[in-house]
Amino acid sequence: MSEKRERKDFSNGPLCLSGRGVTKVFGLGEKKTVAVDHVDFDFHEGEFVSIVGESGSGKTTLSKMLLGLINVSEGEILFQGKPRDIGSGRKKREYWKGIQAIFQDPFSSFNVFHKIDSVLLDCINIRGGRGLSKEKKIEMMTEACSFVNLKFAELTNKYPFELSGGQMQRLMIARIFLLRPKILLADEPTSMVDACSRATILDMLLDLRDETGMTIIFITHDIGLAYYISDTVYIMEHGRFVESGKADEVILNPKAAYTKRLISDVPKIHEEWDLSTVDLKTE
Amino acid sequence: MKNTIRQVFHSSKFLVGFIIFVAILLTVWIYPFFNPGNPLEMIGVGTFAKPGTYVSLYDALNTRTETLRLPDADHKRVSYLLSDADRVSMLEWFDIMDIDVSGLDATDTDALLDLWFKNYDPSVKPKGMTQAKRNFYKRLDKSVQQIRMADTLKVMHPEEGELVERSSVTKTDYVNVGDVANVKALPLGTDNFGRDVLKELVSATGTSIIIGLIAGIVATLIGLTLGLLAGYVGGLVDDIIMFITNIFTVIPSFVLLILISYSIGQEQRGATVVALVIGLTSWTWTTRSVRSQVISLRSRDHVNLSKLSGHSLVRIIVTDILPYIASYVVMAFILQVSSGILSEAQLSLLGLGPKTTVTPTLGLMMNWAMLYSAHTNGSWWAYFPVILTITLISFSLNLMNTGLDQVFNPTLRD
Amino acid sequence: MGKVMLEIRDLKTKYVTRFHEDVFAVDGVSFKIEEGKSLGVAGESGCGKSTLALSMMGYYFPPLHYISGDIIIDGQNISGLDPDTVRKTVLGKEIAYIPQAAMNALNPTQRIIRFVEDVIHAHDPKADKKEIRELAEARFAELGLPKDVLDKHAVELSGGMKQRTVIAVSTILSPKVLIADEPSSALDVTSQKMVIKMMRELMEKGYIKSMLFITHELPLLYNVTDDIMVMYAGQIVEKGTAKEMVFDPVHPYSHGLMGSILVPEAGTRGSTLTAIPGTPPNLKKPPQGCRFAERCAYAKDECRYHGVPEKPFGEGRSYRCLMSVEQLREVYEHE
Repeated sequence: MSEKRERKDFSNGPLCLSGRGVTKVFGLGEKKTVAVDHVDFDFHEGEFVSIVGESGSGKTTLSKMLLGLINVSEGEILFQGKPRDIGSGRKKREYWKGIQAIFQDPFSSFNVFHKIDSVLLDCINIRGGRGLSKEKKIEMMTEACSFVNLKFAELTNKYPFELSGGQMQRLMIARIFLLRPKILLADEPTSMVDACSRATILDMLLDLRDETGMTIIFITHDIGLAYYISDTVYIMEHGRFVESGKADEVILNPKAAYTKRLISDVPKIHEEWDLSTVDLKTE
Repeated sequence: MKNTIRQVFHSSKFLVGFIIFVAILLTVWIYPFFNPGNPLEMIGVGTFAKPGTYVSLYDALNTRTETLRLPDADHKRVSYLLSDADRVSMLEWFDIMDIDVSGLDATDTDALLDLWFKNYDPSVKPKGMTQAKRNFYKRLDKSVQQIRMADTLKVMHPEEGELVERSSVTKTDYVNVGDVANVKALPLGTDNFGRDVLKELVSATGTSIIIGLIAGIVATLIGLTLGLLAGYVGGLVDDIIMFITNIFTVIPSFVLLILISYSIGQEQRGATVVALVIGLTSWTWTTRSVRSQVISLRSRDHVNLSKLSGHSLVRIIVTDILPYIASYVVMAFILQVSSGILSEAQLSLLGLGPKTTVTPTLGLMMNWAMLYSAHTNGSWWAYFPVILTITLISFSLNLMNTGLDQVFNPTLRD
Repeated sequence: MGKVMLEIRDLKTKYVTRFHEDVFAVDGVSFKIEEGKSLGVAGESGCGKSTLALSMMGYYFPPLHYISGDIIIDGQNISGLDPDTVRKTVLGKEIAYIPQAAMNALNPTQRIIRFVEDVIHAHDPKADKKEIRELAEARFAELGLPKDVLDKHAVELSGGMKQRTVIAVSTILSPKVLIADEPSSALDVTSQKMVIKMMRELMEKGYIKSMLFITHELPLLYNVTDDIMVMYAGQIVEKGTAKEMVFDPVHPYSHGLMGSILVPEAGTRGSTLTAIPGTPPNLKKPPQGCRFAERCAYAKDECRYHGVPEKPFGEGRSYRCLMSVEQLREVYEHE
């Protein structure tokens, strides 16, 4: 059992990623849906941010925009204080050197035709380690695997799908450990793994942040999980941030009606779960 | 990869299809070593010699003879020479003359002939029988007697072409087939031009498979490239490609095939050209299916991660998309080969296939058989083996395809 | 003590794989549920929770096979019955089952009323359609579901509504036992709350007599059921009331599970989560000794060789560990 983790305050540090009036609209005319509606945010370097929302709140769309996988309809995203320019393929690739992601479904996150060592080797090559000696590369891969409590020697010549879901997500973290991006976007990385593997993964993400100082943007629907892991919490409803702030403030002292409802709807263990707040006749 | 191949060969359907196809390929490759020469050489005069082993009569007569006394030789010869129609006529005569034939078997030639010689009298004038019919019976009687009697033939000496010695061939003279200088086995007879059908068929099968392969490769390459571009790049590129694909889809490809083949003209239509034309008109199906597969793959997380890792478009397509659709493309290719072979057969049957003088194809053989009405004069050997070969090729390819489908599509596994 | 609604005695079932290997997914499970009570089953995925639910219905179809044990519903043993009898007389009437993705199992071409008719006709082929409709309308009104849902198709309903409809339809015959296997885990928190509230109303109004609730979400289980049992590798490793299990787990595995609870409450943020390393054992060849020994932080050599019986302690609790309750509590104290 490790001792209590130290929590630093990042809110005055340098900005890493911020958004001004970021909007995403899908479709045209009558079929138009606004998935993300003029959101503003400031993520600082080294900060652990959670974006919490129910399904359909637009959190995944926002994450795709942050990653630069889809275009922003309106507004702008600033990367390290400067407007992010991903107009051309080259600039996009330049931006992608600083950002990485872990997705929800570990089974679709790996190319099933690549063995584990080639997945990790690829990360070293991307980081410009192509010229390193073979021993050095193996040493780096072993280090990355031991960081996530996996044994590299047992993984060579294996395919990712031979591992369990939790192990695959840990391998994903090992990838990030080798890639060392400025920002890691984790899109519900624990929603498909068991409760006990979940704890391991969350702790590894915190260790990763402490070790590398990267900004981690954690997207989740589980407000309890967000509370445990993050420094700052953004609550998202219908494409808008209804509340944001330090985790303790937002969760223990919610101001927005939506946050209050979200918290009251989650079953708890020290407080009574009040079932009377829902009316079966609604919907 | 190794595992996949092992799995593929565990599928009994694939294995059966594969064995049939490889057997056909091996035959096409090996047969010409045993029977070299131009498959379109006209070895016979006259149309549709029936299947069998042909012995040169001339050489047989000049081969050293042995005397064998085989007791049933006479009987065999006579029964072979006496036609069914003659037997029926004889029975009719017995009927008219009120002769009891109750114990007689019409196939028992000796008994039939004994009864005939015992009872036939040319001078009898049965009531109501025309003169012509009586003459017919007289001729029948004479020929039947000849069958029994004929035992000598007169032969000239071959070298000088003049009569040196008169040798007689008796019923007990035999030659060893192995000693005869010219024996030609024609297991499938000859076609309308007097060409060896088997040799032609083997060569035609080879050509047709090559046509199918070229057509399949062309169609798959075009379809794969366009499908990958449309599916992965999307947007305007997708719209343009799908517009062209839809145009090609709504025009019936066979009509297009006929029009193109016709406008190229008979002289320019070699086997390769026909194959290319077939390939150029049949890629739409592959494009559409590859596109839809790629679209569903494009949004998979491993592709997103590959993008984020800064890999280039080509690398993502080659390493993150292609391997996933490879099995699918292989299956599409097999079907394209099979349909290419069938398309060639259809085109050639209509007279729009490759030009007729250079190489035989399965379609051309069908075309010739049809033009010379092999199907009406009973020369089954000119078209039936061709149909069987086309069926076998298609069958084996489709069987391989189904087997692959079972391996790659988990919902179809038993 | 209330009347026992469901009793499972030493139930053993197995899966037979394609390669004819036996996987002992439920291996000697015994428990009781009294009238008006609910029991929760917790555990990792792959520990046999869902198989237990399937095995309890007495309705076996390949690859699931029955080995031994008794399933007694309200005094009637159904374990020996043939599948057809079970389907006609037990399912729906005595015992109702709501699988994980139940809401996706509705045939999209049929109206909801048809499913109600199907459930009732399976037991009473002569039932009058008008009476069925009246019954269904009354029950839906009672459970707060709009009447017009009955004439809708499944695709017209939202996820939460679909799940509630499925539950209302499958309990239309007022079964004695309801088995719910993760009925709310695919839903949003608000829809989940509605589902839970409806299930509670079903219990309060007596439409179901007892409930077995399976989920891996411990806070939910804590709030929904009276008792909780923790399953590991096909066996029950610990049983107790919900409160005892969450605040005073005894078995090292339950202790680990309870240590991974995440709730938005003051205090959780500072705490450290417990993580259980490794993966559950392969049930083709269950370990000879304690099944948890490989992953247990406190395991000794003897744990690997001695099978552990279920040991009772406290008030109706039991656990499976070689160590005594006092030893275990002391170990946890010093962490």
